[in-house]
Amino acid sequence: MDTISRRSFLKAAGAAAAGLATACDRASRPVTASRTQYSWLNVDEAGFIEPAIARLVPADESGPGALEANVAVYIDLQLAGAWGAGERLYRSGPWQQGKPTQGYQLPFTPAELFRNSMRAITDDVRKTNQVSFAKLTAADQDAYLKALEGGGKDLGGVPSNIFFQSLLEMTIEGFFSDPAYGGNKDMAAWKQIGFPGAYANYYDLVDKHGIEFRRPPMSLAQDASGTIHIHVEPPAQSAAKGR
Amino acid sequence: MATRRAEADAVLLGVGMVGAMVGRELTRAGLKVVGLERGEPQFTVPDFQGPHMHDELRYSVRKALMQDTAKETFTFRHAANETALPIRRLASFLPGTGLGGSLVHWNGQTYRFQDSDFRLRTHTTERYGKNFIPADVTIQDWGVTAAELEPYFDRFEYLMGTSGKAGNIKGRKIAGGNPFEDPRSREYPTPPQKEPYGSAMFRKAASSLGYHPFPQPSCNLSQPYTNPEGQELKTCTFCGFCERYGCEHFAKSTAQTTLLPALLSDPNFELRTGCQVVKINVDNTQKTATGVTYIGANGEEIEQPAKLVIVGMFALNNVRMLLLSKIGQPYDPASGSGVVGRNYAYQTTSSVQVFYDESVNINPFMRSGANGTLIADFVSDNFDHGPLAFIGGAYIGEVMTHGRPIEFHPTPPGTPSWGSAWKKAVLQHYNHTTVLNIHGSSTAIRQNYLDLDPTYKDAWGQPLLRMTFDFPDNDIKMSAYLTDKALEIGKAMGGQQVVGSPRKGPYNITQYQTTHNTGGTVMGTDPSTSVVNRYLQSWDVPNVFVIGASNYPQNASYNPTGTLGALAYWAADAIVTKYLKSPGPLMHI
Repeated sequence: MDTISRRSFLKAAGAAAAGLATACDRASRPVTASRTQYSWLNVDEAGFIEPAIARLVPADESGPGALEANVAVYIDLQLAGAWGAGERLYRSGPWQQGKPTQGYQLPFTPAELFRNSMRAITDDVRKTNQVSFAKLTAADQDAYLKALEGGGKDLGGVPSNIFFQSLLEMTIEGFFSDPAYGGNKDMAAWKQIGFPGAYANYYDLVDKHGIEFRRPPMSLAQDASGTIHIHVEPPAQSAAKGR
Repeated sequence: MATRRAEADAVLLGVGMVGAMVGRELTRAGLKVVGLERGEPQFTVPDFQGPHMHDELRYSVRKALMQDTAKETFTFRHAANETALPIRRLASFLPGTGLGGSLVHWNGQTYRFQDSDFRLRTHTTERYGKNFIPADVTIQDWGVTAAELEPYFDRFEYLMGTSGKAGNIKGRKIAGGNPFEDPRSREYPTPPQKEPYGSAMFRKAASSLGYHPFPQPSCNLSQPYTNPEGQELKTCTFCGFCERYGCEHFAKSTAQTTLLPALLSDPNFELRTGCQVVKINVDNTQKTATGVTYIGANGEEIEQPAKLVIVGMFALNNVRMLLLSKIGQPYDPASGSGVVGRNYAYQTTSSVQVFYDESVNINPFMRSGANGTLIADFVSDNFDHGPLAFIGGAYIGEVMTHGRPIEFHPTPPGTPSWGSAWKKAVLQHYNHTTVLNIHGSSTAIRQNYLDLDPTYKDAWGQPLLRMTFDFPDNDIKMSAYLTDKALEIGKAMGGQQVVGSPRKGPYNITQYQTTHNTGGTVMGTDPSTSVVNRYLQSWDVPNVFVIGASNYPQNASYNPTGTLGALAYWAADAIVTKYLKSPGPLMHI
């Protein structure tokens, strides 16, 4: 597992160096300030999250996938912050399992849910395969993720399908959300689909039907030099009013 | 012991759009009014400013402007023989909180319900006979007509500056507008917004099939407008961050942009925020309210005496407040008796996706919350229901509101939900897909209702509201029929692949559908089937008025806000011109 954390560190350091190299043309090519370590994920957890999100949203000929877009950083920051602590989650008992159409009914906060689930996954994969999830082939990783998705595995009290859905939702969120939250690095996901981001005025274009709009995207956390600053503490509520 | 404040002439429960409207009318009539708002004060400047407002994660996904479910939520079950469980995170519907209420984050879709909607039971019986309405369907008349409400619709639209095209002015049909609308007294205050690409393709296809497309009436304004309160609104820029967001452009009509500056500068008005009203107090006759008790932001219990109590919160919270205050008889689904919580209804929505090839750039991010094109040919009873054996209808429209990618990344059926094939499909279809909305009515039935939950409580120790709801068979049939009609239009729009998804049960609380929750404090002319009379005055406690979509006996095809605006002015007018002159019941049975 040590190799994973070293790999994460080296990758992040490399990205930082790349950021410096492009400083001169930042205004035209926004870059994201880099992070060099996780806030919340431990070594084993990073060893699962990084390869897992790479299978959920893979890199391909069109561009980066979730791993390359730093979605692991997004997940790390979310679980470390208000979301992970259960912000806006109604947390009074009694705890009863209902129908899926009645929604989430477990007592775990998102951080607790991920920690419990990933601990169980690490043990399960080691026991079954004698290697970590990261060392499995891509096909075996997919098969394992599909088994989680299908449900039936108990991950430290968390049904595996509930964990899988949370992981998939957070991966897609991190891929497509503003890079202010740590994922969608350099707006790579927005560039691939053609979403212009926080840009705000299409009055002159909305009735130019079918126009090919190829403006580079804009982040809400982009400064005048083009650097995108990752929010340190991203709660929905207390910062909602921008005060 | 509660701290007792000086008596007010009137107290408002909630300072959203309804509170702001009624508060303005009452202060203008000379009353001293105290407005109690549970959330925080919030304004266009500094709260709704860009670029931080354009944050999909914070506002759409984490729902920063909505009721905080850690403190206060609802419980839900499909049927009375099940155990309701708390909605631990909002998803299916999104009540707002804070000054200005849910209109801060609305899309601005501004319709008038039709006369046949207001007289639904009478109209249906007249046209199709008594046996057409199934026994468990409890639809009923509202006790008002479209003609009676017209001046109030007009006043609301001119307050808001609504952008649209009239289809019927005083009985004269106008080309380009909605030919099915009831007569209106004059044109909309501002012309329609610009028509986006997908809407233009819908217009062409719907016309070719013989339907009557018209521009969606919008409270995202097409041009600058100064309303009768002296408030200046600006032109919408189609930024694509409308529903679930505050508008930084002063272009969306809300309490903040149309009324609050005037109301807040009136010395007769006092706003208090962070005030959680726990009950309406009544005297020992049970016939007169003496005011309210609320818990302040610091936890202090305060009694606010008042001569007049205006309940103007989100529909579901209006119902809960009456139940907590023991005003009106709670509904009992077993016997069918009682009224508070009765006739809870929703909105039956479905969609059709039209996938184009990569040469067609839809640019879904260039939208406002309400700049689509739609048809009313299947709204309400605008088509013959005789052979169809269901009640109600829907508008069908290309009314997309945004292209924000966490929420919007359409893929054709059969696409895996993750992996290489998923990513390829998302990239291929994101900018080349448009979606038709089938926005359908919701029938009240005996089994669907609201009451207080026996188990779960809010942060103040009070019972949560319990929702017992599933889609009636009638509405599932309606959705199947009209989603097919939309599918035909979608095919005529020339897409490569067209996919319809009619609404099916069971109701799923985890998927966003709409925030159009209605009923529970129904209006009417018969106290055995309504909570408030036609002036929205409590039958039981005449100095309590309840104003909200909770007054709707069932929900109609159109979005509910325009009708609620008209009802708020209608009720305010009755209070000022009738009630204040002679306080007491405005209707006698």
